[in-house]
Amino acid sequence: MDLLIPEVGTIIWMLIAAGIVFFILVKWGFPIITRMVDERNEYIDKSLDAAKKANERLAGIQNECDELLKETRAEKARILKEATDRRDEIIAEAENRAKESGEKLIADAREQIRLEKEEALRSLRRQVAELSVQVAERVVLKELSTDEDQLLLIDRMIDDVKTEK
Amino acid sequence: MKKIIAILSLMFLIAVPAMAQETAHDETVDVKGIIFGHLKDSYHWHIITIGEKEISLHLPVILYSKVTGWHFFSSRELEHTGSYEDFHITNDGAHAGKLVETLPDGTELKPLDLSLTKIALAVIINSLLLCVIVMCTARWYRRHSATDPAPGGFVGLMEYVIAMIVDDVIKPSVGKDYKRYTPLLLTIFFFILLSNIMGLIPIFPAGANVTGNIAITLSLALVTFFTVNVFGNREYWKEILWPDVPIFLKAPIPLLPFIEIVGIFTKPFALTVRLFANITAGHAIILSLTCVIFITAKMGPFIGTPMTVLSVFFMIFMNFLELLVAYIQAYVFTMLSAVFIGLSRPEEHHEPDGAKANAKANVDNSLTT
Repeated sequence: MDLLIPEVGTIIWMLIAAGIVFFILVKWGFPIITRMVDERNEYIDKSLDAAKKANERLAGIQNECDELLKETRAEKARILKEATDRRDEIIAEAENRAKESGEKLIADAREQIRLEKEEALRSLRRQVAELSVQVAERVVLKELSTDEDQLLLIDRMIDDVKTEK
Repeated sequence: MKKIIAILSLMFLIAVPAMAQETAHDETVDVKGIIFGHLKDSYHWHIITIGEKEISLHLPVILYSKVTGWHFFSSRELEHTGSYEDFHITNDGAHAGKLVETLPDGTELKPLDLSLTKIALAVIINSLLLCVIVMCTARWYRRHSATDPAPGGFVGLMEYVIAMIVDDVIKPSVGKDYKRYTPLLLTIFFFILLSNIMGLIPIFPAGANVTGNIAITLSLALVTFFTVNVFGNREYWKEILWPDVPIFLKAPIPLLPFIEIVGIFTKPFALTVRLFANITAGHAIILSLTCVIFITAKMGPFIGTPMTVLSVFFMIFMNFLELLVAYIQAYVFTMLSAVFIGLSRPEEHHEPDGAKANAKANVDNSLTT
């Protein structure tokens, strides 16, 4: 039973000791520790926040890079397409020109051929005419030994001319 | 681990029969005397007995008697006869084990006993140790800044425990201005924890049953009691004296106020008894298990040896359990203190009746317009 009865002396000793301990620890002990722990927690929070922001920025940069890359690809595709078009155009133009100049050459050649043919025909005709005149001369010289004959021929010729007309 | 257990068992197997023979000549083991001798306070601190020679620390006795005034003497004077001048240690009554004065007319009087007893000295030792531990920890913080890496080792452990108590116990229990009470509650927590652990270490300067002494737990509870009732706000006293209940519960007979006022005193009482009973019970069980060795040793080596091994295993188990209890009781005491402090600082209630709310709204409107 006496175990359950608090001794006044012990209470007094305890309260004095506890009071001194409390004074010392409150003044120089726990507040420093708790303040520091709080400060560190704040610092950690801040660091986490900064890290998060940095990550976000990094993600932004990544996005930008992706965007840029995409744009560049599009540009490349566009340029390539343009180049292809231009090439096709150039080729087509060249073909056209080649065709045109070929046609022109052919046309020129034809004209030349035609002209030369005409020339040749003309000279042939002339030669034929000359030949026929010479032949005719020879024939006439031989046939028209008489005047009668001559007249007869003239008449006939005139008739011919007349019928021809 | 297995090796250690094997060695321990072997040691006991050899030692117990020898001890049994030694103690066989003695009279029966005074289990009650051993247990209560440890649990109770004393005027000297028994450290060890080597053979016949007892080595103990004699502490100063300080008494104030209403009749004969102050008396100072060493407890060495009490060693053999248990008495000095008119003072002697009683064996029965409410003051068993304490010094009482025999007055000239034959009546006995209990003087005011301010002796530096075993418990008082242990309290001082524990307090010094606590100061050293916390100041060493605080020194690290004084020499470092918040941006330094977190401490490791002992300082890291202390920080972990402090942060845990603050974040898990004090902050949620006390409420918004918890920072004011943090040092007090941390001091209470660490004092109880340290005293509990010191109580489990059996060698001087530890080993005193500090937190198993009702005067100590009562003092701690008184600290909480005064903190609660001195710093309690108006709302707290209003809830006690004029609680928000139907009028017949408080008007003619102050039924609820009476219950609430009783509650003010039962709270520290519960704190006192809980800590005292837990630690006392733990110490009593461990000591009983120790006594089992000496009781069964008398019955001869065939019963004594297995019982000793069993008892040692139980003691190891109990010591681990008590280590857990040491922490839990410190935690519970701190938590309940924090809860009581939190309850003494309730936030102002929102007035349910419309009139006041309307008035407040009007004031707000007039302020904004």
